Amino acid sequence: MRFFKWGENKMRLKSILAGAALAITAATGSLAEKTKVGFVYVGPVTDFGWTYEHDQGRKAVEAAFGDKVETMYVESVPEGPDSERVMTDMALKGADLIFTTSFGYMNPTINVAAKFPNVKFEHATGFMQAENVSVYSARFYEGRAVQGHIAGHMTKSNIVGYIGSFPIPEVIRGINSAYIHAKDVNPDVQFKIIWAYTWFDPTKEADAAKVLIEQGADVVLQHTDSTAPQAAAQAAGNVITFGQASDMAEYGPKPRVSSIIDNWAPYYIARTQAVMDGTWTSTNTWDGIGAGMVGIGEITSAVPADVKASAEALLARLRDGSYHAFTGPVNKQDGSVWLARGETADDGTLAGMGFYVEGIDSEMPN
Amino acid sequence: MDLSAINPTLLVASLMVASTPILLAAIGELVVEKSGILNLGVEGMMIIGAICGFAAAVVTGSPMIGFLCAAIGGASVSLIFAVLTQYFLSNQVASGLALTLFGLGLSAMIGQSYVGIKPPTTYKLALPLISDIPILGPILFSHDFTVYAALVLVFGVWWFLKYTRGGLILRAVGESHDAAHALGYKVVRVRIMAIMFGGACAGLGGAALSLVRVPQWTEGMTAGSGWIALAIVVFASWKPERVLLGAYLFGGVAILQLNLQAAGVSIPVEYLSMSPYLITIVVLVAMSANRAKSALNAPAALGRVFHASR
Repeated sequence: MRFFKWGENKMRLKSILAGAALAITAATGSLAEKTKVGFVYVGPVTDFGWTYEHDQGRKAVEAAFGDKVETMYVESVPEGPDSERVMTDMALKGADLIFTTSFGYMNPTINVAAKFPNVKFEHATGFMQAENVSVYSARFYEGRAVQGHIAGHMTKSNIVGYIGSFPIPEVIRGINSAYIHAKDVNPDVQFKIIWAYTWFDPTKEADAAKVLIEQGADVVLQHTDSTAPQAAAQAAGNVITFGQASDMAEYGPKPRVSSIIDNWAPYYIARTQAVMDGTWTSTNTWDGIGAGMVGIGEITSAVPADVKASAEALLARLRDGSYHAFTGPVNKQDGSVWLARGETADDGTLAGMGFYVEGIDSEMPN
Repeated sequence: MDLSAINPTLLVASLMVASTPILLAAIGELVVEKSGILNLGVEGMMIIGAICGFAAAVVTGSPMIGFLCAAIGGASVSLIFAVLTQYFLSNQVASGLALTLFGLGLSAMIGQSYVGIKPPTTYKLALPLISDIPILGPILFSHDFTVYAALVLVFGVWWFLKYTRGGLILRAVGESHDAAHALGYKVVRVRIMAIMFGGACAGLGGAALSLVRVPQWTEGMTAGSGWIALAIVVFASWKPERVLLGAYLFGGVAILQLNLQAAGVSIPVEYLSMSPYLITIVVLVAMSANRAKSALNAPAALGRVFHASR
């Protein structure tokens, strides 16, 4: 008797589900004109760094298209296989365009894209393209050049600390660019590098910043996403920092004396428009200060006027393209020639950069 | 490579700061385990303390009220565990794990509006002349109060367990709850008090993380510290003075790892990161190799359910 009843309930459940399925089909039918855009984030949207800026881009897409677009996002998605689940889920929910916003999503994005040929994918900071996978990145190293310039001028101990996330080309480019431009203005400058092996872990980032400061660094550059190093520098007193990915202006005018600000909004809007128009093709975009994808936050009053002026002059030359951040002569760490005098780096080498330039006294981890 | 860049004085000073959260949590858990209870919810209680302390400090502007609320928060969630295991006689391991998961989730929910906020600065000891003494000054006289509070607590627990009647009762309950019960001691009451003390300590440890060491709130920021605290108790073979050693060792390795990297030493960081756990395993093996000795160390009634009718 009991069993029978359960069976009856099951039947009812089935018909309810069938009804619901019909309703959902009807609903999606009426919403078919909406373009669905998904975003996969590596950190929380409230990190006030990397992910925060991507989410600003998402909001800009919503503001630009209003009712014609529907966005969704998942935050704090671990890099690696688990991200495939998130992307697959988004694709199944009907996303037309999915932005995967961290280097470690590269292979998962390619894998999922192969399963959903009609969904367009955009992978940030990677180098693997496919029929329906574009890659996009910003030339952060241009911003690092400005930071290095200021750091070289400002350091009194001649020790600049650098918190790296993972030893990948994007981060290595930043270290090299900052070092070259610090050394340009201060031949005695020395870089101390700590790899945190995380994009976002305030505890580890704070500890790393403290250690660098204890070892004499009075400038701390970070390529991790939280504001914890800024807080550590503030507590230490006479140390300057730069906002990473986001302005981090709440730590100005000191320790934060300037910043690199990622501006993804124009790109996200353009790509969404392309999907709507049916003109989307797989592209490789790598824009810098000139195109506005990399912004430099206000250089604060803690920087002397002449340093600020020369930094802004460098910035102007990077913006109008009259100067490339990697211009020879530059040697590799082992002393071999990389760029001859006047030669500039090609994008291929930069995209896969896996070596330090001459003068950096640190070993690259494997 | 330039090892001279590592200043041993500052290294010791900063490892003391880095170790304080796990030291606080571990000394609390030691008291809990001495009463015969295995509470695996340290991680959960720590993170509840981290967010309660952070929220209270931000709202009131006073770090001291923050620490107070952290202790209360940690003790409150530990009370859930106490009720489950002491009145409903549920399995301690399962309840403790549940407490950890619950704490991580609840803290993430409470903390949603506290991300990206700067907490008020915690008072730091800065004695005019004494803090400037070379070597001793930075190590002993220039910390925020949590470092000293943790040290005082370790000493207090050692003294309580060794020299007071209350400590004797606590140990008796942990060694044989039936015997303690037969002597007329309130086993359940003693254990609930021990659990709440452990919760308060874990809460303080969490606040030391969110208010002093980082200082910032992030979801899941304890990142396994609670489990390290549990490992330290075993490593210390349930002796307070060794908990101090263990916490400084674990915290020290984390700081040393970063120092070596900054100095340009190319030891793969993975080796240093796993070394405390390797040491714990070695200690465990060494302890269990000598049965008579290990029996002396672990509380005999650890993890066993007590029911007065038996």
